[in-house]
Amino acid sequence: MLEALDLECTRGERVLFSGLDLRVAPGTLLRVAGPNGTGKTSLLRVLCGLLQPTHGEVRWRAKSIRALKEEFWSALAYVGHLNGVKDDLTAVENLRASAGIAGLEADEGMLRSALDAVGLVGFEDSLARFLSQGQRRRIALARLFLSGGVPLWILDEPFTALDARGVASLSALVARHLAGGGIVILTTHQEVPVEAARAEMVELGNGQGAAC
Amino acid sequence: MLRTLAAVVRRDLLLAFRQRADVANTLLFFVVVVTMVPLGVGAEPNLLRSIAPGVVWVAALLAAILSLNRLFAADFADGTLEQMLISAEPLSLIVLGKTTAHWLVTGVPVTAIAVVLGIMFDLGVGETATLIASLALGIPVLSLIGAVGAALTLGLRGGGVLVSLLVLPLYVPVLILGAGSVEAVAAGLGGGPYLLLLGALALFAIVLTPWAVSAALRISVE
Repeated sequence: MLEALDLECTRGERVLFSGLDLRVAPGTLLRVAGPNGTGKTSLLRVLCGLLQPTHGEVRWRAKSIRALKEEFWSALAYVGHLNGVKDDLTAVENLRASAGIAGLEADEGMLRSALDAVGLVGFEDSLARFLSQGQRRRIALARLFLSGGVPLWILDEPFTALDARGVASLSALVARHLAGGGIVILTTHQEVPVEAARAEMVELGNGQGAAC
Repeated sequence: MLRTLAAVVRRDLLLAFRQRADVANTLLFFVVVVTMVPLGVGAEPNLLRSIAPGVVWVAALLAAILSLNRLFAADFADGTLEQMLISAEPLSLIVLGKTTAHWLVTGVPVTAIAVVLGIMFDLGVGETATLIASLALGIPVLSLIGAVGAALTLGLRGGGVLVSLLVLPLYVPVLILGAGSVEAVAAGLGGGPYLLLLGALALFAIVLTPWAVSAALRISVE
């Protein structure tokens, strides 16, 4: 259970949202919607603990994430706006490095099958600088295939730069994670093509926080 | 925990290997600065012998500053740093891994090259050995303290100049002790106390700076 209480976030002089309350139960897909510049990414970063809200707090299993720190982060997989993919490493080296940084255990077989699952068959040993934007995105998303045991997924625009098959396979992965009792929070401008038993939405816009 | 540390060191070494030119630049800079000095001050052996430790140390210090911006900037730009901040393992451990890799890539070669430079300045065996020992103890301190400056100025415009201003005053004790140890040996006093103090500084930096860097990174990335 992830909760946000009375969140307010300010960037520069501007209040992005205030008085935002959220309760996300296991098995729920939460979509954060709103026009550009309304603070979707900031909200996700606040929920990750990367950004301190100007007011309010985020709680994971009834404890503040500021107090939990690594304990909360071990329950979190975040695919941000930036891919975190190094040009000078191959796809499999990139994935191995991100698994190592995240503290996930992954052997060579798991890394390769995760890359296969995101459709990078045959590109495992190509340097990322020679891959397309969509393929780099897939390397970042491949991390999710190693994060099956991680309950909370926060995904910032996961469907951008993906082709139709990529969108379909990511949707299937998200649906499977939700069915297993995971929580997925994502932003997207498309309609979410995910089958979810419990789907909720927060709409951000004009400095007003809308409760869900 | 050790797995994460090893993974970070391995990744950074691999990246440094793929970006060899960047690393070579720092080393080349170090060698060029040191070799320029005799051309400037004249080839009087006694003079060169007496200024050698200071020259090598100042050049090592400048080379360390030059390579600092490589420490976090790339990870910050491509989003890897965000992933480090939300790792299930302590951030200070990852920071320690990154600075270790930075030292292995720049500090160790600088220390090794100093052997040749010692010969070039006609230093005796004892003096050269002390110079190497002081660099081996002192350069990790430069990397660790520099990491604090690099983390604080991450993402700022003109961060490079600001890093020098922040970090140079903190480098002064290392410079004095490092160059002083060799001069003490040359004067027949023995460099032991200087090296012990440098070692104490190194331990102090290894224990404390990763925490400071972690805190600075969290502020900078926000």
